[in-house]
Amino acid sequence: MSNIPYILEERPDTGLNNSKLGVWIFLASEVMLFGGLFSAYVFLRIAAPEGDFGYWGSKLNVPMATFNTLLLITSSVTMVMSWASLKLEQFDKYKMYLGITILCGLAFLVVKYFEYTSKFDHGIYPSSSTFMGIYFTLTGLHVLHIIGGLLVLIFFWSKQSDKMWNEDKDLLANRIEITGLYWHFVDLVWIFLFPILYLL
Amino acid sequence: MSNDHHHEENFIQKYVFSVDHKIIGLQYGITSLLFLLFGFMLMMLMRYQIAYPETVIPYFGEWLFAGSGGVMLPENYNTLGAMHGTIMIFLGVVPLAVGAFGNYLVPLQIGAPDMAFPKLNAASYWSYFVGGVVMMASFFTPEGAARSGWTSYPPLSIFESGQTMWLLGMVFLITSSLLGSMNIIVTIVQLRAPGLTWFRLPFFIWAQLVTSFLLILAFPPLESAAILQLMDRLVGTSFFLPSGLVYAGSPVEAYGSGSPLLWQHLFWFLAHPEVYVLILPAIGIVGEIIANNTRKPLWGYKSLVYAIGFLGFMSFIVWAHHMFLTGMGQSMSAFFQLTTMIISIPSVVVLTAFFISLWGGSIRFNTPMLFALSFLPMFGIGGLTGLPLGVAASDIFLHDTYYVIGHFHYVVAPGTIFALFAGIYYWFPKVTGKRMSETLGKLHFWPSLLFMNGVFMPMFIQGLAGLSRRMYDGGQQYAHASDVLHWNEFMTISAFCLGAAQIPFIVNLIISLAGQKSDDRNPWKSTTIEWSAPSPPLPHVNFDSSVEVNHGPYEYSVPGQDEDYCPQTSP
Repeated sequence: MSNIPYILEERPDTGLNNSKLGVWIFLASEVMLFGGLFSAYVFLRIAAPEGDFGYWGSKLNVPMATFNTLLLITSSVTMVMSWASLKLEQFDKYKMYLGITILCGLAFLVVKYFEYTSKFDHGIYPSSSTFMGIYFTLTGLHVLHIIGGLLVLIFFWSKQSDKMWNEDKDLLANRIEITGLYWHFVDLVWIFLFPILYLL
Repeated sequence: MSNDHHHEENFIQKYVFSVDHKIIGLQYGITSLLFLLFGFMLMMLMRYQIAYPETVIPYFGEWLFAGSGGVMLPENYNTLGAMHGTIMIFLGVVPLAVGAFGNYLVPLQIGAPDMAFPKLNAASYWSYFVGGVVMMASFFTPEGAARSGWTSYPPLSIFESGQTMWLLGMVFLITSSLLGSMNIIVTIVQLRAPGLTWFRLPFFIWAQLVTSFLLILAFPPLESAAILQLMDRLVGTSFFLPSGLVYAGSPVEAYGSGSPLLWQHLFWFLAHPEVYVLILPAIGIVGEIIANNTRKPLWGYKSLVYAIGFLGFMSFIVWAHHMFLTGMGQSMSAFFQLTTMIISIPSVVVLTAFFISLWGGSIRFNTPMLFALSFLPMFGIGGLTGLPLGVAASDIFLHDTYYVIGHFHYVVAPGTIFALFAGIYYWFPKVTGKRMSETLGKLHFWPSLLFMNGVFMPMFIQGLAGLSRRMYDGGQQYAHASDVLHWNEFMTISAFCLGAAQIPFIVNLIISLAGQKSDDRNPWKSTTIEWSAPSPPLPHVNFDSSVEVNHGPYEYSVPGQDEDYCPQTSP
């Protein structure tokens, strides 16, 4: 496997390495995945009786979601800083910033847990209305993406990163950059979800 | 990263959980050929039922339909129809065209040691495998396999049994396609050998590139649609259930206000590009074989590349021509009718360029070339019969008749599958270092061509007479179709003969594998890069010398040269 070119160094005529191009294409498919659901949201909103989406939307907890938005934006900033720290060869700072990113992600999940359970306590389920259905589907899929991202982040925060730092600094920096691109995307999805579900 | 690529691999590492693109390509190839055979057998059961409705199916009936004494019930017929479509498309043709041919040939034709992400490649195959197992397992669940058609239209698919397993299987198959196509794109963009510029790429590579873009952008909306349908089935949402729905005599307990049309939009947004996923790799294979066996450059190579690029783009904005009868509105129909007419232009460009390529060539009529040549008229019939379906006025009459079945089977069965057969015969010497028998190959080709047409040509007659495609009894209950029903038996006999015509192919594969190995790397005297590798190519590295490209892909019969071909790698 080691003879595959352009794993880390950039190919001169494309200006990319393999994993960066790969993750961008993967993100393009993710855009289409969420794009499909967003267009389903638009379609269903138009098809629904007048005021139906607005009525059910008003049952959501805006302060909690605002707090969650701030958490994710913070985590995106610290994600970039952890990558920058690696580039500046400051391994301790890298671990600290990545740790903050993970904590923000976990906190997001905790807030989401309380949001979901408070809905269930009031007898509101995905089957309660079309709005609630699409709300739980979109946020649920987003939560799955957060969990997937967190697993990768925790892997790179674990002892594994010390090993990689000693063996191949460039590889670790590349992996963190790629993971960061994914994490920013998941953050960006939330930036779209927040207004269309909570504010509209 | 370890550097020890000399270490010994045991059997499991080498042949089962391999990360070598060639082994993965073969795994894809063998699995998908088996699925093609299985899907074909489902179809033979259906065809027997259509020709001799409500009779006991000989030999297998007692065993397959024990509950009804060997007679196929309507719900059995629906299951076979749904699973025939699903298996042929998602488990047969796409994995063979993209998974097997793409995986095996793309790195070789661009002079790369492997795919860009070998582990992801293995993950793609195993995801496909799990998806296949889930689909197969659904036959043995108490609910049985899906029976709502391969299109799974709601609201029926929300209530019918078996659909949950189908949706779960699809999630695995979609994941597999996404991983595979992402890998192919990165490999083509990043791992081209030195000197292999974009317009020196073989046409097959262009076809795989466009196909992969279609897969990566069209499949995710189906995944989101599958998630929504799973929610409808399992959690009780009503995304696809309109208000006031009555099912089996009683009102449906759901919030309502959903839209069955939403599913059709999301589904066809995938499934129309999917049509081009089925046909583009086939076009790529045919292009390679025609250039090689006419000993001429492929005519209009650049026009072909632009044509399939445009085809790929247009395929995203034609989907609603499957929905003219849904009452979505005249302006929508007019728009999609227009785009559908436009998309036929690049297809015609491709066929025309292939036909002109034949002009003045010294054609070698070997088995791969015969299959490739028959692709042209067969795909032509499939494409031209599609035009009346793309015009809303005539589609209103033809929709859901056997005409539609005839149309798309001409594109996929004697079209794509013939091209895939051509590819198997053509690249077999590269994969194994051995040759396939020409006699058995021709014994495979001529009956296949004859009986293919025997199966599908009468469908146009039946369809024009208005015979619905969904009758489990072959249309006996339709009084106005009685003039064309006598074709049913003819088509069924043709289908069984078509099955028998595949026996020489299977025998040929087995005999040829046991045959003598030859040292000739380039038996077809081809120009493209894969033929400069040893046969079979070396594990994990492919080439035994470094690859440098100095020539375009189809330098055949260049005036003033000693030989009638100039390999891309020659100085």
